[in-house]
Amino acid sequence: MSFINYASREINCKIVYYGPGLCGKTTNLQFIYQRTAPDAKGKMISLATETERTLFFDFLPLSLGEIRGFKTRFHLYTVPGQVFYDASRKLILKGVDGVVFVADSQEERIDANIESLENLRINLKEQGYDLDKLPYIVQYNKRDLPGAMSVDELHNELNPTNVPEFEACATTGEGVFETLKAVAKLILIDLKKGK
Amino acid sequence: MSNPTLVMYDEEFREVNEVIERLLKEANAKVIFLVDKNGQLISGVGETERFDTTSLASLTAGNIAATGGLAKLIGEKEFSILFHEGEKDNLHISIVGGRVILVVLFDNRSSLGLVRLRVKKSSEELSTIFEKLMNKSEEREKRGSSDFPFAEITDDDIDNLFS
Ligand SMILES: Nc1nc2c(ncn2[C@@H]2O[C@H](COP(=O)(O)OP(=O)(O)OP(=O)(O)O)[C@@H](O)[C@H]2O)c(=O)[nH]1
Ligand SMILES: [Mg+2]
Repeated sequence: MSFINYASREINCKIVYYGPGLCGKTTNLQFIYQRTAPDAKGKMISLATETERTLFFDFLPLSLGEIRGFKTRFHLYTVPGQVFYDASRKLILKGVDGVVFVADSQEERIDANIESLENLRINLKEQGYDLDKLPYIVQYNKRDLPGAMSVDELHNELNPTNVPEFEACATTGEGVFETLKAVAKLILIDLKKGK
Repeated sequence: MSNPTLVMYDEEFREVNEVIERLLKEANAKVIFLVDKNGQLISGVGETERFDTTSLASLTAGNIAATGGLAKLIGEKEFSILFHEGEKDNLHISIVGGRVILVVLFDNRSSLGLVRLRVKKSSEELSTIFEKLMNKSEEREKRGSSDFPFAEITDDDIDNLFS
């Protein structure tokens, strides 16, 4: 649910990075944080376990600049990917404007990807959202690893509805901003339609 | 889709700020924030520049969401008031009109009793304003939201954001 403030001339939107445990959601946000100018970002908050697994969420506020005199702000969140944190994932999806599904390209994680994607659909549905109607992007992460599946195979398994998809290596940042831009753009186009 | 955009207009923004400014004085508080349940800051008064308001808003909403989840687990609808006591500063967090979060930060120049009392009164006023706001945006939506700033943006406008 975007928030439009005519008084302060601001538009706020919420983007959620979803995906199985260790697929690289937090790494995506860390890279964006490192490469964003100080005046365009707020503090990144990570509620994580001692072993740096996301426990509740990561949060990164970005302000992208102005459109027609309105400041556009994006609030980026990641969910905890580990299966047993499902209750937390549901909470973070509340009020979402756009979703990035981060898939782990490694062959041995394909089942985890599929399970997480199903979980995303179910959790969205519980909140009254339909994934097919939301601004939604798929990112194939960890392309640098030798055990990565081909994009064709991943596409067949994870992107049957043909939404925009990107290859990425979140540790080096390849594809990270492309993904963010794509989802932000879809959200703004949605707002434009005034749905 | 259960995804109504929250819209804030000048008039209601002024009204909301009047209420929380007054609450700030009457409750002897240091800072007061209004946050939407999704973690977006609506407004803040008092010593706001001393705090990272964006982070505060997001964590408050996460906190309310988590305790709301706990409430459901034990068969409660929600916990409408949370209180966090620190060594110097305390946080009083409450839900207003079911959808906005009111955060009051105060120290020993005030007291929990006083804050509670004043928050109760202000909450009613805020509820009324937010109710009015919801009706207003619904109405505008029905009329076809011609004043919507995004209706006329072009692809170029969007691309320029990322340049
Ligand atoms: N080789 C390689 N490693 C990556 C890549 N992206 C992330 N990693 C590593 O994968 C591990 C897990 O990354 P995180 O970003 O913490 O994963 P997450 O999706 O946030 O995991 P949860 O918080 O448990 O859901 C870290 O050690 C990262 O450095 C990538 O593109 N390539
Ligand atoms: Mg993480």
